[in-house]
Amino acid sequence: MFVFILRRLVQALIVMLAVAFIAFMLFQYVGDPVSNMLGQDATPEQRAELRRQLGLDAAFPVQFAHFVANAVQGDFGLSLRQGRQVSSLIVERFPATLELSLVAALIALGAGIPLGVYAALRRGRFGAQLLMMLSLLGVSLPTFLIGILLILVFAVLLKWLPSFGRGDVVAFGPWTTGLLTADGLRHLLLPAVTLAVFQLTLIMRLVRAEMLEVLRTDYIKFARARGLSDRAIYFGHALKNTLVPVITITGLQLGSLIAFSIITETVFQWPGMGLLFIQAVQFADIPVMAAYLCLISLIFVTINLAVDLLYFSVDPRLRAEGKAH
Amino acid sequence: MAGMFTRFFDGDVWHSFRSSPVAIAAALIAVACLFCACFAEWVAPHNPFDLASLELMDARLPPAWVEGGSGKYLLGTDDQGRDILSALMYGARISLLVGFASVLLSMVLGVGLGLLAGFVGGRVDAFIMRVCDVMLSFPSILIALLIDGVGRALYPNAHDVLAFLVLILAISLSGWVQYARTVRGSTLVERNREYVQAARVIGVRPLRIMRRHVLPNVLGPVLVLATLQVAAAIITEATLSFLGVGVPPTSPSLGTLIRVGNDFLFSGEWWITIWPSAMLVLIALSVNLLGDWLRDALNPRLR
Repeated sequence: MFVFILRRLVQALIVMLAVAFIAFMLFQYVGDPVSNMLGQDATPEQRAELRRQLGLDAAFPVQFAHFVANAVQGDFGLSLRQGRQVSSLIVERFPATLELSLVAALIALGAGIPLGVYAALRRGRFGAQLLMMLSLLGVSLPTFLIGILLILVFAVLLKWLPSFGRGDVVAFGPWTTGLLTADGLRHLLLPAVTLAVFQLTLIMRLVRAEMLEVLRTDYIKFARARGLSDRAIYFGHALKNTLVPVITITGLQLGSLIAFSIITETVFQWPGMGLLFIQAVQFADIPVMAAYLCLISLIFVTINLAVDLLYFSVDPRLRAEGKAH
Repeated sequence: MAGMFTRFFDGDVWHSFRSSPVAIAAALIAVACLFCACFAEWVAPHNPFDLASLELMDARLPPAWVEGGSGKYLLGTDDQGRDILSALMYGARISLLVGFASVLLSMVLGVGLGLLAGFVGGRVDAFIMRVCDVMLSFPSILIALLIDGVGRALYPNAHDVLAFLVLILAISLSGWVQYARTVRGSTLVERNREYVQAARVIGVRPLRIMRRHVLPNVLGPVLVLATLQVAAAIITEATLSFLGVGVPPTSPSLGTLIRVGNDFLFSGEWWITIWPSAMLVLIALSVNLLGDWLRDALNPRLR
């Protein structure tokens, strides 16, 4: 058990170091910070002096260690475009993205599980068939198109909901939330649904497949033979057993929700990290790109690690394998 | 060559194609889109890039059947008076070009590395598969965005051709993992078959065994994957172009057209953005359906 956890931890650490190395290479070979800071008409002596002050004349491994040490403390320097600390930019934007992703995950789970159960129980009937067709469309539609369509229908034609920005937010220190104001919630609805659609179809299809699988098993037949009500069989026995894979997939997908929010945030001009990142890509703002890359990787690696450990505690076969090694 | 064709038309795949209306419809749509894109110069009613023929008077005309529309422009015009139908055809050409090119590149890369990993095994295999694991744990759009961003930062004033190459490279590098994993899996099986051992015994070099003997036998699933990946690549390209980091603005793809049209959504000019969107969905959906059909047709267990 200890070996297993240790191995996973080492693997996660290696991935993070690799990502940090990529970010570091970006700093090293893309753009020259010295000429950015001094301008065109600096003398070679001034350049050398600044280079020495910034530690850019040190050996490569030393510089990398320095970079990692700074990155661990959240220090990625100044944004080239906005001239502000990258860390403060990200802290400012992070709540918006997290809020959007969590609400989208809730919508995807809240609608995906019941729809999946429905599609499994009513298999072959018209409603379930229609649902499966719609889910195929949901998978083929790119996220940004879903956003555009929702804006066209609900913001332009019906004029029910606003189409950009976060609306009124309440601030708790550095943390801002739009969940507590009616205006903020109205602004949140369209982007959250847009972001949720893909995950929703995914969860729905997964729940349907798992339910169909479980309904064929012997213990369901036995439960029926015991004369339990349909309700107790479907929700007490069958659904419970489909939820383990659903929860792991949702956990893993939470990371990609945060990544996919780049697109949703662009469509709805949602002031989150994704918008920050896409602007950084457009303007080749390396410090912001590097910081976003490291943060997103950290989130992904943490989620993957957590899911691995969860599997380990849930699935006894993995534990046995761990002993054999 | 002729023998190959008769064998194909007599074969199971052709039979399964003829008996599947969905596959036929999807193929017709895909071929029509491909035709319009390839021969846009001759098929398109106007040339959207001929600045001399553009008239500002004709800007933002709605489709022909809506009030105020002109029969000259079937699907309406955009803000510069360009015919949308023609812009669609030229845009689809660029989308398809980028899609096919990046699928080809990622296929070559993925199949090559997968073959190597499966055939050589050992440390090479372990290393390639670890890289795959890491790549797989990030969404491909994020990887494409990142590579594209790095390319932009490296060559800020890049030439158009270079911008295209960076884009194609970004999409390919985000998609090769699937091929590598599939091919590695089947190579591991094929490696121990008798014909491979026989080839080894008579002293055929490993590279030649991989190319001549193993490769043809692992290509079936790759074909299915490649079809599905064409749709994925076209959508990735459209997404990147929509985000403003895709193809250069001088050669607009469907994603660029959607991005431009998006600005006019609020003034009620829906047609500028909806037609390119519909075209994109049509292409993606028909290619996806074809891929699904191909997967079933090539799967012997389903016959």
